[in-house]
Amino acid sequence: MSRRDLPRQDMPEQDSLLRLRNFDEVALGYTAEMADLEARRCLQCRRPTCIDGCPVGVLIPQFLLALQDGDLAESARILKSRNNLPAICGRVCPQETQCEATCVMGRRGEPIAIGRLERFVADWERVHGSLEAERQPPTGRRVAVIGAGPSGLTVAADLARAGHSVVIYESLHRPGGVLMYGIPEFRLPKSVVDAEVRYVEGLGVEIKLNSVVGRLYSVDELLRSYDGLYLGTGAGLSTWMGIPGENLNGVFSANEFLTRVNLMKAYRFPEYDTPVHIGQRVAVIGAGNVAIDSARTALRLGAREVHVVYRRSSDEMPARAEEVTHGRAEGVSFDFLATPVAILGDEKGWVTGMRCVRMRLGHVGEDGRRVCYPMEGSEFDMEVDMVIMAIGTRPNPLAFTDASGLQRTRLGTVVADPITGRTSRERVWAGGDITTGAATVISAMGAGKRAAADIDGYFRLEAPVWEEPQPVL
Amino acid sequence: MFEVVLKEQLAPVTTMLRLYAPEIAGKVQPGQFVITMVNDHGERVPLTLGDWDRSEGTVDLVFQQVGKTTVHLGTLEVGDRLHALTGPLGRPSRIDDYGTVACVGGGVGTAAVYPIARALREAGNTVHTIIGCRSRDLVFWEDKMAALSESPLVCTDDGSYKRKALVTEPLAEVLERGGVSHVWAIGPAIMMKFSVLTCKRYNTPVTVSLNAVMVDGTGMCGACRVEVGGETRFSCVDGPEFDGHLVNWDLLLDRQRLYQTKEREALERFREQQCQCGHAKKEHGHESA
Repeated sequence: MSRRDLPRQDMPEQDSLLRLRNFDEVALGYTAEMADLEARRCLQCRRPTCIDGCPVGVLIPQFLLALQDGDLAESARILKSRNNLPAICGRVCPQETQCEATCVMGRRGEPIAIGRLERFVADWERVHGSLEAERQPPTGRRVAVIGAGPSGLTVAADLARAGHSVVIYESLHRPGGVLMYGIPEFRLPKSVVDAEVRYVEGLGVEIKLNSVVGRLYSVDELLRSYDGLYLGTGAGLSTWMGIPGENLNGVFSANEFLTRVNLMKAYRFPEYDTPVHIGQRVAVIGAGNVAIDSARTALRLGAREVHVVYRRSSDEMPARAEEVTHGRAEGVSFDFLATPVAILGDEKGWVTGMRCVRMRLGHVGEDGRRVCYPMEGSEFDMEVDMVIMAIGTRPNPLAFTDASGLQRTRLGTVVADPITGRTSRERVWAGGDITTGAATVISAMGAGKRAAADIDGYFRLEAPVWEEPQPVL
Repeated sequence: MFEVVLKEQLAPVTTMLRLYAPEIAGKVQPGQFVITMVNDHGERVPLTLGDWDRSEGTVDLVFQQVGKTTVHLGTLEVGDRLHALTGPLGRPSRIDDYGTVACVGGGVGTAAVYPIARALREAGNTVHTIIGCRSRDLVFWEDKMAALSESPLVCTDDGSYKRKALVTEPLAEVLERGGVSHVWAIGPAIMMKFSVLTCKRYNTPVTVSLNAVMVDGTGMCGACRVEVGGETRFSCVDGPEFDGHLVNWDLLLDRQRLYQTKEREALERFREQQCQCGHAKKEHGHESA
């Protein structure tokens, strides 16, 4: 059979009914045989287009070639030379809009399942390999990285490899950022995150937990003892609609709901001390990955009905396609073209329902998405006893306490050069959601990679010059 | 880090743990708090620092053993370590020379108001203090408060110690005498609510410290949202101190009840395990999962 005729290998997954009763990973990963068959579909293009689709520039044909040759160790080495956290990316990247979107096989059939193969190689390496990461000789330069999320871990790993000494300041008691508190266990097992963090620590990176920058230390203060500073605190602040009834008991931010379940393991209460509230009829507002994660988590915790309520239509949903498919299979209902205008409650302060309006879509707006309008007189009530707000997150302003000279946009993001990550403050770089607003793990990692290269270059100059950021609008 | 270097039973169910935490000790200001995790299975719980010693690098965690976490914390001994201690969190109190101030501590709130009262005193204020507890066995730091007070007052709800009164009674008397330009009232929500009402009668500004449910303590989760002056605020980053006159107390009281059932369940389970162990030990079966 020619390469072109091989079918794309399906991902084996846990049965949809069975998995509703556990938090184990849904996608089970390729077997060696599947990985081999899938890797052999790669045409090894002379001018590959897939790499352009990857924000960290993974050498995709090369790692797939090693996989075709059965040399898993070499495949892992190539993969990790560009991506410090491949087991994570293989699970949570929106490949369908990135590498797989630019794969030539996708033009006439189905693209290579690059993400699944990345996961396969990374998982193999985690179990079998022990990659000795190469490190440049120590430079004597010290960098403080704020936030141990995807962006901070990436910048730290690359800087450590370049020979710089790196300390990460993390506000929570576990490293990983959104990988730990946001993305559920059934999508990204925390043991995978721990292993990737250990790899970064193995490069000599020190992680200081329980260290809230903006309270325990400030940017101004850290700059006195470090040669450079990278801000990667993400977009951790929950946002609210500002509608009546939002403070009723039973209304939660997706951040709170997911943090309780993922970081604090409330799904194993009372073995773990942290409780989580769960309703019978749950509405999740929003249709991004966080919304789908919340909906699927609510079902696993025992909610009878879960509705994703979204103001636009299914075509505009920002969530990763696979998550939506999984959510539907598990029984998540989708209520499109509707948005709440008030949360209704009883005299004891608990949620009893939600007043919504119907929406209609208009022309394509500035952000490339269709504008939506409420339809007059279309109010209707939904009977729910729990509401989860998953309408996006913003950068947490806490890190900016005593951080002089750092220019910010009116959205609260830091102004930073999209290539170098340089901010308006000398020796301060920034990347990830703190500069873009809530985006993806991989784009945060890409920003971390580019900033690490710029920081390294800056240190290696004899008389470095600080160029002001050139924000792209 | 976070090792217990001294344990003091301040009252039958009120404990002080002196912890080695030099970074926090070096930074904490009156009015701020910390988040604790007793072990890796623990909940993140905001607690009060009653005192600290910058040169020794220690902070004094003061808590009443009422829930699973605080009961568990109470079983720790010198040499034990906390899994996590995050802080200082929240905004510091606005310490200024107001002239004359009154500081009211309700129950374990006495520990929270003490460093504020001391800082106010050091800033030049004349300080009146009131400690109010349900009963005698909850009273602590009477001497510490008296040492900086113009008129140290102690009252109990049931009259089992000193004066039989709620804090609002002596507070009204202090305000009646005149000259008090600012009040701090820290304690259970209901005690703060009524202290605020008393201050309102005398047109006196009052600062309260809101003990809302929290998870991260940095503005992420929004569990601690409160309504102040008709606006939603996060007590972790916008507070914990707010203008008492603007707080929606009923909402705070409702929201504090959110996890009540689960909290009771966790406490009962912990107590059962303790009994099975025969005596209180820090492990409780799930230290190493």
